[in-house]
Amino acid sequence: MKRHLISAGDLAKDDALLILDTAEEMARVSERSIKKLPTLRGRTVVNLFFEDSTRTRISFEAAAKRLSADVINFSAKGSSVSKGESLKDTALTLEAMGADAVVIRHSASGAPHRLANWVRGSVLNAGDGTHEHPTQALLDAFSMRRRLGNLDGRNVTIVGDVLHSRVARSNVLLLHTLGAQVTLVAPPTLLPVSVGTWPCEVSYDLDAVLPKSDVVMMLRVQKERMNAAYFPSEREYSRRYGLDRDRFAKMPDDAIVMHPGPMNRGMEIAAEVADSARSTIVEQVANGVTIRMAVLYLLLGGETA
Amino acid sequence: MSDSSAPPSSAAKPGASGSRAVLEAPDIHRALTRIAHEILERTKGADDVVLLGIPTRGATLARRLGDRIEQFEGRKVPIGSIDITMYRDDLRRGPVRPLGPTELPPDGIDGRVVVLVDDVLYSGRTVRAALDALNDLGRPTAVQLATLVDRGHRELPIRADYVGKNLPTAKSEKVKVYLQEIDGRDAVLLMKGDAK
Repeated sequence: MKRHLISAGDLAKDDALLILDTAEEMARVSERSIKKLPTLRGRTVVNLFFEDSTRTRISFEAAAKRLSADVINFSAKGSSVSKGESLKDTALTLEAMGADAVVIRHSASGAPHRLANWVRGSVLNAGDGTHEHPTQALLDAFSMRRRLGNLDGRNVTIVGDVLHSRVARSNVLLLHTLGAQVTLVAPPTLLPVSVGTWPCEVSYDLDAVLPKSDVVMMLRVQKERMNAAYFPSEREYSRRYGLDRDRFAKMPDDAIVMHPGPMNRGMEIAAEVADSARSTIVEQVANGVTIRMAVLYLLLGGETA
Repeated sequence: MSDSSAPPSSAAKPGASGSRAVLEAPDIHRALTRIAHEILERTKGADDVVLLGIPTRGATLARRLGDRIEQFEGRKVPIGSIDITMYRDDLRRGPVRPLGPTELPPDGIDGRVVVLVDDVLYSGRTVRAALDALNDLGRPTAVQLATLVDRGHRELPIRADYVGKNLPTAKSEKVKVYLQEIDGRDAVLLMKGDAK
């Protein structure tokens, strides 16, 4: 495995499977009464969050603490960043503190890539702009594998705001590596120009794709990133691309529904679908801790390079 | 656990230069049968016993011991495995290690007599790690240790309760355990160290 986790595309099939298998063992730790391992004692993990996040930051923090690493949380609000400090100077400060790993969330695509050149420790991308969110893709794949078994040959449909979604890109890359067939469904305005080069199919008709999907992953409509009119109205978007009860009924009986969160209930997903037994949305959060423990162990558990 | 993960190579064949078989399949069979009887004797019928093997080969040996105890007493003994990778003291030496399975019996280990099972007892560090791992998993009333081979050279105050064979070795030598379920044959080989 590489020293950093910046893109889901960097993971070879063996790497991805090693992470998923390691997570399977980590999951047992979460089930027992003492949920702590001494493995990363004396290692320091810095959570560097330039963008708001609840589940990802908490999840990384819980994962690092369960492995006995020391965790330093850094959020841009209330830090020297608001005084105008650059990313590089922030990185050098962290370097001086002896961070073994830096978990970074940044609104600029490519920020983790830059950071990796400035620090000696491992860099973990926790979401950069509209680019990638590899640990989310890993936890999604882990959740799918736990529900469906093998991912080879499975049909995964990803629906919604692909243009602004780092989750979609990471998922397409990782699921392709793991042998699944991915279909993106979105209005043409919410697909990136380069989508033709991605290893997946594209469709504009959700109702046609649903009956042959093993997994349907709904993406959040990211209003905060929408600086133009991408669709006529929320109501129309919801009618054409939202997963409501009628569409849910068209899915195969054993197909599952996923959502990376946070959800806009009633917009891209109906509340009763989100709360159904075939929805993995709550599991995805629990699996997030597990998969991040696996990634931290695999990146920091061995000798330091 | 140590020195036992490599598959049989040409150098490992009995009679090949530099290695010799110290235990053959019938010897291993008899040793395990004796250990099973000793466990029954020491624990007065193995009522509270849980066998926990240290992956990979210790887990296989634990299953074999469990089968024998079942044959002798007509009663199943809970069997599990306990991976010690994340409790090792040498994680920072060498590349990251893949994890083995930790599978506890459904009733857990609280109030039980845990018999740890490993293939080779050497420095004692693996057992130290296993004791730490046990500490996080429950509170057994007692912990005992069974090993197929004790090759000496302890670095910690640890000894085995049940030993298949005491094998005097030089530190430069290597002990390799092969088991049918994993390696396709049963044997314990002593290999001469590199003559450098």
